[in-house]
Amino acid sequence: MRYSIFSLAAQTLAGHRGWKPAWRDAAPKAEYDVLIIGGGGHGLATAHYLASRHGITNVAVIEKGYIGSGNVGRNTTIIRSNYLLPGNTPFYEHSLKLWEGLEQDINYNAMVSQRGVLNLYHSDAQRDAYARRGNAMRLAGVDADLLDREQVRAMVPFLNYETGRFPIQGGLLQKRGGSVRHDAVAWGYARAADQRGVDIVQNCEVTGLTIANGRITGVETSRGPIRAKKVALAVAGNSSRLAAMAGMRLPIETHVLQAFVSEGLKPVIDNVVTYGAGHFYISQSDKGGLVFGGDIDGYNSYAQRGNLPVIEDVMESAMGLWPGLGRIRMLRHWGGVMDMSMDGSPIIDHTPVDGLYLNAGWCYGGFKATPASGFCFAHLIARDEPHPVATAFRLDRFATGRVIDEKGAGAQPNLH
Amino acid sequence: MRITCPHCGARDVQEFTYLGDASPSRPDGLEATEAAMFDYVYQRENPAGRHRELWYHGAGCHAWLTVTRDTRTHAIEAVEPTKRPKAGTAA
Amino acid sequence: MSTKQPFRTADGGLIDRTQPQSFRFDGTRYEGFAGDTLASALLANGVRLVGRSFKYHRPRGILSAGPEEPNALVELRAGARREPNTRATVTELYHGLEARSQNRWPSLAFDVLSINSLLGPALTAGFYYKTFMWPASFWEKLYEPLIRRAAGLGRAAGHEDPDHYEKAFAFCDVLVIGGGPAGLAAALAAGRTGARVILCDEDFRLGGKLLAEKREIDARASSEWIADTLAELAGMPDVRIMARSTVYGVYDHGIYGVIERVNDHLPIPPAHQPRQRSWRINAKRAVLAAGAIERPIVFAGNDTPGVMLAGAVRAYVNRHGVLPGREAVIFTSGDDGWATARDLAAAGARIAAIVDPRPQIDAGLTALASRIGARVLTGGVVSAASGGRALRQVTIRDASGREQTIACDLLAVSNGWNPTLHLTSHQNTRPVWDEAIHAFVPGQMPAGLSVAGSAAGRFSLAQALEDGARLGSQAAADCGFAPTVDAQPPKTDPEGVALAPVWRVKDGKGRSFRGKAFVDFQNDVTDKDVELAAREGFKPVEHLKRYTTLGMATDQGKTSNIAGLAIMAEQTGKTIPETGTTIFRPPYTPVAIGALAGHHRGQDFRPIRLTPTHQWSKDQGAVFVEAGLWLRAQYYPRPGENDWLVTVNREVLAVRNGVGLCDVSTLGKIDIQGADAAGFLERVYINGWKALPVGKARYGLMLREDGFVMDDGTTSRLAETHFVMTTTTANAAKVMQHLEFCHQVLWPDLDVRMVSVSEQWAQAAIAGPKAREVLRGVVDAQHDISNEAFPYLAAREITVGGGIPARLFRISFSGELAYELAVPADHGDAMMRALMAAGEPHGITPYGTEALGVMRIEKGHVAGNELNGQTTARDLGLGKMMSSKKDFIGRLMAGRDALVETGRPSFVGFKPVDPNQRLRAGAHFIGVGKPAVMEHDEGYMTSVAYSPNLKHWMGLGLLRNGASRIGERIRAVDPVRNGDIEVEICNPVFVDPEGARLHV
Repeated sequence: MRYSIFSLAAQTLAGHRGWKPAWRDAAPKAEYDVLIIGGGGHGLATAHYLASRHGITNVAVIEKGYIGSGNVGRNTTIIRSNYLLPGNTPFYEHSLKLWEGLEQDINYNAMVSQRGVLNLYHSDAQRDAYARRGNAMRLAGVDADLLDREQVRAMVPFLNYETGRFPIQGGLLQKRGGSVRHDAVAWGYARAADQRGVDIVQNCEVTGLTIANGRITGVETSRGPIRAKKVALAVAGNSSRLAAMAGMRLPIETHVLQAFVSEGLKPVIDNVVTYGAGHFYISQSDKGGLVFGGDIDGYNSYAQRGNLPVIEDVMESAMGLWPGLGRIRMLRHWGGVMDMSMDGSPIIDHTPVDGLYLNAGWCYGGFKATPASGFCFAHLIARDEPHPVATAFRLDRFATGRVIDEKGAGAQPNLH
Repeated sequence: MRITCPHCGARDVQEFTYLGDASPSRPDGLEATEAAMFDYVYQRENPAGRHRELWYHGAGCHAWLTVTRDTRTHAIEAVEPTKRPKAGTAA
Repeated sequence: MSTKQPFRTADGGLIDRTQPQSFRFDGTRYEGFAGDTLASALLANGVRLVGRSFKYHRPRGILSAGPEEPNALVELRAGARREPNTRATVTELYHGLEARSQNRWPSLAFDVLSINSLLGPALTAGFYYKTFMWPASFWEKLYEPLIRRAAGLGRAAGHEDPDHYEKAFAFCDVLVIGGGPAGLAAALAAGRTGARVILCDEDFRLGGKLLAEKREIDARASSEWIADTLAELAGMPDVRIMARSTVYGVYDHGIYGVIERVNDHLPIPPAHQPRQRSWRINAKRAVLAAGAIERPIVFAGNDTPGVMLAGAVRAYVNRHGVLPGREAVIFTSGDDGWATARDLAAAGARIAAIVDPRPQIDAGLTALASRIGARVLTGGVVSAASGGRALRQVTIRDASGREQTIACDLLAVSNGWNPTLHLTSHQNTRPVWDEAIHAFVPGQMPAGLSVAGSAAGRFSLAQALEDGARLGSQAAADCGFAPTVDAQPPKTDPEGVALAPVWRVKDGKGRSFRGKAFVDFQNDVTDKDVELAAREGFKPVEHLKRYTTLGMATDQGKTSNIAGLAIMAEQTGKTIPETGTTIFRPPYTPVAIGALAGHHRGQDFRPIRLTPTHQWSKDQGAVFVEAGLWLRAQYYPRPGENDWLVTVNREVLAVRNGVGLCDVSTLGKIDIQGADAAGFLERVYINGWKALPVGKARYGLMLREDGFVMDDGTTSRLAETHFVMTTTTANAAKVMQHLEFCHQVLWPDLDVRMVSVSEQWAQAAIAGPKAREVLRGVVDAQHDISNEAFPYLAAREITVGGGIPARLFRISFSGELAYELAVPADHGDAMMRALMAAGEPHGITPYGTEALGVMRIEKGHVAGNELNGQTTARDLGLGKMMSSKKDFIGRLMAGRDALVETGRPSFVGFKPVDPNQRLRAGAHFIGVGKPAVMEHDEGYMTSVAYSPNLKHWMGLGLLRNGASRIGERIRAVDPVRNGDIEVEICNPVFVDPEGARLHV
């Protein structure tokens, strides 16, 4: 059933008895053309674009738990394309453009809201670094504005301009950045893919990859073997574990990133604001909770939970930036595990195994990338060549030195 | 988390800096190959489970420590100084 | 009965009737007593309507008497101290308390948005995912702003929090969480062994559930047992009792997060006292004795003010001396609710009916009912409650389906209890279903934690006392404390715990829809919403929560999760444990952001590092700038200099034409000694060190192992086996850690030791043609510092000021004749003053980081903007330094294809074609006549400065094939600042390219 004000009205009169499942809870078939491992945002988006853009519908997305149980449901919901390096900027801009038309494409209101992303700077050097980035964005056709202190104050007057340890000097604003209702992205893609015939298979854990003569032929799962012509990994956080099933090691470590939400409040902040003198970013959801986060905990972890030092660091930054938050209460904190790659940028590529494709290494930037990641991964799977905006995300770039290191932090994942 | 430094005792994790997997060893010398160095610098096992890893006690004794920790539970099994005294010398 | 507090009982309760406390709610003045909560004081005054719900703005009252409260949320205090979403049920009453209702307009009694209730049929779970999509632009312009305005609950203060917060750390053997019967018994058992014990309770009064009950322990009132126990604990020197202290989270390795509400029970904290204190408690063992939370039943109108949890009713009656109603109906699916009938009746309320769905009731209970004159309806249910802003009647459906209404002003609901096991699931372990008690109980536990009493699903008082004593003793024993002689657990009076829970009461057959039945009160999630979620496939419990927002409100589902699961189980034909488990994330109750930040705010957000010469700089009128944690002198304005550039130009010219003095103490300094010290440097730097003579300094460049530049600096050989390395200010700690890594991890066999001495030495640069003459005034006479004896790059240990040890380096960042003089940090201030005195005849001029930066750009030295982690030695024109005769960190990876390919941006200088034009760092280079798009991006400007020597702006930058394009013109395009100017590519050394001035 198509979602609209009319269907909602009709169902209201019918006591909502006519709504159908948003997607079929499919049982796995014996064989698929394409099998996507991982029912998160990227896997589901890949299925949608395979079906809608490439007409490949004999597809299954298999998920060990429930769909959307990974980072698509654990992030701080920010979208933006304010990247510096040419390997990244066009890709993230493509993603932002897909976000801008997402709801009409998938007929699901994911509440894409472009209220602006503002990165604050606190020194001349940081201003120049943001100018370099803002200019790179503009050259790539992305919107960017460099604001001075008074322009920032006019936008977000409640920050600490007077007594802060690191005075706010200005900010880099991307007006088209914003936030999206994260769970709805998974559900919307799942529903759209399902309507084109894709099987969404939940509670189906992959236990092995079947490889013969250097070519993948299927997977072993907790619900039995499934044959497939092509298998695509979209399991960020667990990429190394799946890759190990194919005998591969990856330039990736798994780390935990924590996130936080406050109790619900009447609107206090419209934009996403990031602090340049501490690890901190904050926005407010449509429901009223302040959603915020900071740095990763910094050690390998699959535990989906973090520890107090980072929690306190985030709260300190919160107070350092916005001292009016003191009496606001943090309601819940949680952690997601993510693929931290060796240069801080992702991988969308073939693997040395024929028919096995890899979508990994999203660090803590995977949510905003969801549409383009799915779009470009689908392109790669369907045509066996990289999409033009994702050509830099090669697996062999570490060997050749063509790293995409936005922060200049080098081969140490916890510094990206 | 708390790490029991062999020199300083149990200390809060905030005193330490994390580097990563302790198992790769650097291919030293002019004979080393680029491929071996690539492997050392970039490729990781990244296990879900027992992990031997390097931590630096920067706010303490400045020792590099090899910590054996479970990446699923964060439980620490062992902490050893990475630098072992040379045979026949006092620690 | 006081007319002021019409619902206050004549006597009884743990309140102090001699201490009346007046307070305001929504502007009206009321009175309560010390020992009240805001909720009990409101009830004592007959205030039923306290808040409005999130979505439908339904009138809401007080459901509970504890931290699980979903409804009675208020804005506490006013102005900058306003605390939205504060639970009235745990707010300790104080004289002068001010509270307002929230999420209503214009008033609590008449709320315009309660119209949402009429739209309710359309505003089902997730309705917003299905609409507001057309036209696309309307979402942000119209729909979303409306939703945002309607959503949210209380209002943030909007001002800086005037109170302050502390952090504290504690270590103990046994942490006991909860001061009810189990917790007190545990603390006592552990304390008696001599173990160090901390007992935390979130309440302001210890006793837990016993405070709400009329119970006997060893044939005495339980209050006496509490008093005795507390007295014994108070006499133990290693036992610490922390009331008003919530253990909110369990972290790895026995770390517990605790918030102590030090002064929340006062209007404002006393001077110099924190509002709250955030504790990190390290406990070897912990006993969770957090009790249990009672469960509501889902039926139509179950959110009407006046519908309360039965245990909460007992708390108000027994602890606070308040009658929550005078005409009560009890709806209970177990024995426990009957105690509420007994206590209410004893306090003077009339019990209109006791409705118990169980077909058979214990004879003792029916006898109780007849004693208090209550009608008993076994096998019946309450199918609806109504009354709008205050309960007026309930509808009761008997076993045969017949319905009748009963007028009442209080409905006490009892449906069993859920163990307060939140902390046990903070490490992602799941609770397990216990069919015998119809509740989830702790499953796998965090290491070192055990659970006692109700929190373990062992609900009777006898079990609580027994568990507490056993587990407290066990926890102490695990820490090495021998158990004391086993005392018999105290005897308790009998109690009934039989239960047959009813999760929801459906509309009767053929009956019309009677109103909403709430599962999650605060977020307005109804049973119909859960059914819709099931219909649409959102069946896993996480989908249910996320789709309907069940359990996502400020109470985090403490009263709602289980009913949600039960209704979903009913829809899917599964059992509750098959449907899913509830898992709770930290914190157990919401925690003020300010408390977790402690004093880290404002200027104290991060430490401030001051150099040993800071006071001197201040005396010179310096303007300071943040450099990481350091404050460095940026420039030294003189009277009449209104523009920083005027000052900086003067400082630069003073150095180039005379002499200047600059603090460089922030540079990292690492002392490296050992027989293999030179060999060690060979491996960490790209260039050679073995041949460096004693008494000489050399510029060194180090790479990361991935082949990109890590840091640079000069390192001097003070003796055959002794070097002192300098690093950039920014990378001082990083380089130290790196060197220790190289030594301890990579090459432990090298005979080398190193220590950071950055803070042990104060260091100053004396630069300019007259530098030597100035220096002669401070260096002790026996040291020859003539050009011949102490040439460029000389480095020696000397003495100054009559025997003070010092190190003198003839190195130069400015390109002039220059020295860096280091003295022990204690002498730093004296050194600067002595140099100033010695330099006075030569017109010595203090200069800051700005002038330093101008001169380094004039000399084409790389600095932080170029050492950005993305550049190679070759990019920076330093490729020739890389030795091919030795191995060094980064050697192999620096040889990768992409790092050596031609066309990489390389380091060159730039000057504006029109000398009046200003350059900007961050501008990108685009060929003349080419469109300003990414495809034509050839690099960017890293650093710029105005040169008062050249009288124009100059820049450094990284440009594709830059080194081979000297003399070409290109555009510096800066769209974010509307800049687009032509520049000439030039040698990056603008002043004295031959370096003649260094050697004079």
